[in-house]
Amino acid sequence: MAEPRMIYFDNNATTPTDPRVVEAMLPYFYEMPGNAASRNHPFGWQAEGAVDTAREQIADLLKVSAKEIIFTSGATEADNLALKGVYEMYARKGNHIITVATEHKAVLDSCKKIEKMGGEVTYLSVGNDGLIDLAELEAAITDKTILISVMWANNETGVIQPMKEIGAICEKHGVLFMSDATQAVGKIPTYPKEIGVHLMAFTGHKMYGPKGVGCLYVNRKSPRVKVTAQMDGGGHERGMRSGTLNVPAIVGMGKAAAIAKEEMAEEAVRLAALRDKLEKGLCEIEETYINGNVENRMPHVANISFKHVEGEGLMMTFNQELAVSSGSACTSASLEPSYVLVALGLGDDLAHSSIRFSLGRFSTEEEVDLTIKSLTAGVQHMRDLSPIWEMYKEGIDLESIEWAEH
Amino acid sequence: MAYSEKLLDHFKHPKNVGTLDKASKNVGTGLVGAPECGDVMRLQIEVDEETNTIKDAKFKTFGCGSAIASSSLATEWLKGKSIDEALDIDNMAIVEELALPPVKIHCSVLAEDAIKGAIKDYQEKNGLEVTAEIKAH
Repeated sequence: MAEPRMIYFDNNATTPTDPRVVEAMLPYFYEMPGNAASRNHPFGWQAEGAVDTAREQIADLLKVSAKEIIFTSGATEADNLALKGVYEMYARKGNHIITVATEHKAVLDSCKKIEKMGGEVTYLSVGNDGLIDLAELEAAITDKTILISVMWANNETGVIQPMKEIGAICEKHGVLFMSDATQAVGKIPTYPKEIGVHLMAFTGHKMYGPKGVGCLYVNRKSPRVKVTAQMDGGGHERGMRSGTLNVPAIVGMGKAAAIAKEEMAEEAVRLAALRDKLEKGLCEIEETYINGNVENRMPHVANISFKHVEGEGLMMTFNQELAVSSGSACTSASLEPSYVLVALGLGDDLAHSSIRFSLGRFSTEEEVDLTIKSLTAGVQHMRDLSPIWEMYKEGIDLESIEWAEH
Repeated sequence: MAYSEKLLDHFKHPKNVGTLDKASKNVGTGLVGAPECGDVMRLQIEVDEETNTIKDAKFKTFGCGSAIASSSLATEWLKGKSIDEALDIDNMAIVEELALPPVKIHCSVLAEDAIKGAIKDYQEKNGLEVTAEIKAH
């Protein structure tokens, strides 16, 4: 008998590669091994043709032109290229970038680097629901502002920012708009031209494609956006990103985009129903809190705090049968809980008590039922062991205790 | 990162979970860590005054699996030990017994602190010389 498959509710970390994607990729390893830049023989032409097709498939998903797709090694590289590339390219116009405290590290750390290079960066705070304040954004714009970078959907909470409104503000002030759309592309409609997004980073492995490939969308007309290359070499990708194209992975990402275009609308409805069922079941547990805005949220994500239960410990109760993610990092290197949840105003205790569930294409209702069961039992186990749960139940004010911080 | 069988057993079937009467003269309580840091350990000992040995030990811990297992193991080790013997329990012994990975060594330090904290509380309560010294870290 086959081992029961482990429940995988960590699709925001990475998605399984769809078998249809794997199948599309296979011929490009051995049968068609060409370099897409080899212009003088059929191997090269085949590879180039395959890359062109993939570029079209991805452009179709986003309703943009294929010429606006730059292939990279992933979203981290695309974020780096967009931020640093714009900073260098538009240095004469200004040196100020606006972003948000809850962005992914690929954006935040690129901004930190830009600050070291002499740039100025404003990090907007978010409300308790994870959304930015549009008035605060607009007020932060100066005559030196060249770029506003706001992620489409947050990786930890699934919260979707008011993209259309941000696009309008950027348009009004003539500032470029960049978005890390890694968690949104292929799952909800992400049409940069309708929103006014000029640069958009995303990756293959969060949309059922392979790892090691990503894209930066770069708007080509009104305005014609350019970024300074961060990788020098053969001048691939219209000079913006040198390096031999990862043909099998690009083919896979193209196929993943084509599948997403067909199936994403229906899939979002199915996943939202599963997620809502999961959330309803888990909220039956005493002292449980949903993190982030529940109206503007990705359909497959639930981020929940179980009061006075440490997230990592809770995960150990699952017997390695359920894969989720915790906002708590209990290591000697880092006792800090998730900075995203802290930015939402969660106390450190609730941030340490959070679990992110991210469902996906291969998630089933049966898995949701099993997860509710195992979480209910796990939270009970951890609370039976928790001195602060005991104090809380006795009505002791935890704030009144002088903790020995370490 | 795979955890040892011993660690998993202490986590799943923790020994000596519970609460002793904090107000009792024979009971010493050590409360270490902070909710903000993601771990809080409360370890209690009940001392037999005549023999100066620990006749019971209980704990409750909010924290990761390694923190829970470290405190469970500590309570097992404490029972039947004299105060002096209990003060000799070193965090590295816990690390070895549970095969804690390097990133979890702080959990064993916390358990050692909790032992020392409980002994200190007992000694102070009873007007004894305080011999428990909590390591600075």
